Amino acid sequence: MERDGRLADKREILWKRAGMIRAIRDFFTGREYLEVETPLLIPALIPETYIDAVACGDSFLHTSPELHMKRLLTAGHPKIFQICKCFRAGERGSNHLPEFTMLEWYCRGMDYRRLMEECEELIVSVAADLGSGDVINYQGGAIELQRPWETISVREAFASYAPMSMDKAVTENCFDEIMVSSIEPRLGFTQPTFIYDYPASGSALAKEKKDEPVLAERFELYMGGKEIANACSELTDPEEHHRRFLNVNRHRHSAGKSIYPIPEHFLQDVARMPHAAGIALGVDRLAMIFCDLPAIDDVVSFVPEFL
Amino acid sequence: MKKGLRIKIDNEPYIVTEFNFVKPGKGQALYRSKLRNMITGAQFERTFRSVDTFEPADLEKKKMQYLYQEQGKYCFMDNESYEQVFLTEDQVGEAKNFLIDNLEVEILFFEDNALEVSVPNFVDLVVIRADPWAKGDSVSGKTKPVTLQTGYQIQVPPFVEEGEKIRVDTRSGEYLTRVKD
Repeated sequence: MERDGRLADKREILWKRAGMIRAIRDFFTGREYLEVETPLLIPALIPETYIDAVACGDSFLHTSPELHMKRLLTAGHPKIFQICKCFRAGERGSNHLPEFTMLEWYCRGMDYRRLMEECEELIVSVAADLGSGDVINYQGGAIELQRPWETISVREAFASYAPMSMDKAVTENCFDEIMVSSIEPRLGFTQPTFIYDYPASGSALAKEKKDEPVLAERFELYMGGKEIANACSELTDPEEHHRRFLNVNRHRHSAGKSIYPIPEHFLQDVARMPHAAGIALGVDRLAMIFCDLPAIDDVVSFVPEFL
Repeated sequence: MKKGLRIKIDNEPYIVTEFNFVKPGKGQALYRSKLRNMITGAQFERTFRSVDTFEPADLEKKKMQYLYQEQGKYCFMDNESYEQVFLTEDQVGEAKNFLIDNLEVEILFFEDNALEVSVPNFVDLVVIRADPWAKGDSVSGKTKPVTLQTGYQIQVPPFVEEGEKIRVDTRSGEYLTRVKD
């Protein structure tokens, strides 16, 4: 009964969440993006060092719709978006669920700089539809949506907020630790923040920067200290893809993790993939921001512990 | 690893007071935690990787008797060996509200260091200050504040009077019932 009570208490939040998803759809359909659905159950996925898939029979539940959306892009659908469930084994915390809702969109001919602008336009448009106006009040702070938003490179962020430089953190194998303890808690509080140009070593399928190949053309959007979206200019070279996949599997093997089959059809298609930028945005986390709630549990109807 | 776990770092016992799964974009799973040194009370934050391992802190519980408090030090005695140990006000924490002379308690030790005291779930305490029962206060659900012999202030039903003994649930800190000696 207590659980039913909790579900009933979520009425207002679930309405707001549904309104937010409707506003996202309106934004993309208004810009002539095609809404697509790709399979959740897939025989091979894009191997990532730190993302563990849920195995399901001989296949996997997808960890993101990236692979098949890129195949659609290659097949000649230049502007596509999808809102779907993704599954990642073992991810559970106040910002993580092992089953969560993702928004992904891809646009042919775009680079990651232009994608930042579209990301701003999306969230401003959703805020307007929800009646939030130019300011989102989140957990006692006020996030101003007036554009343009703050941009800071990863290297600058380390120089400003961290006890060591980005390059040193990479060499000393403590990049992630510094990111969560010194940098993330400083991002996106007075306005949303784009943090960009990540070390190429940790950016699975992002294109390297021409003038500085140790960096990848990748950005993340933060609001209220939370990672909301991850985006990049997409890598299109099939040999580079293959090399990175093998590398990921080597890392996984040496960390005692399962290795993944190589997605062959994807590798064949990617050679013909047009230049494009793509972005994945956590719908649950965006709902946390719009509903002014501190935990992901607060914005979904069910959490795994109560199934 | 979880909240409340007691682990040993550099040969000292720590309790995990906060624990959260985090994963920076495309990065590895990390656990941001807050730890409290169980001897010094010092708190600090630490980020662990999922592959890190810990040694549990080897802790031992002993039955002891509460004797007295002097200048912020609380004295307890082992009834068999007559050995005495002291805890600071910080280490005693909320339990200080329920410590009455000769109360039998459990003291948690790490090697020879006393760390914490746990009091029984139910303790009987005397009301030393209460406003008299005014007519009209008996409306159901109404309570009044009284002061107990330990200085602890608690909400009780209006019929409880000065000098009476009441039973308190030490886990919630709430009134349970009146006790007749």
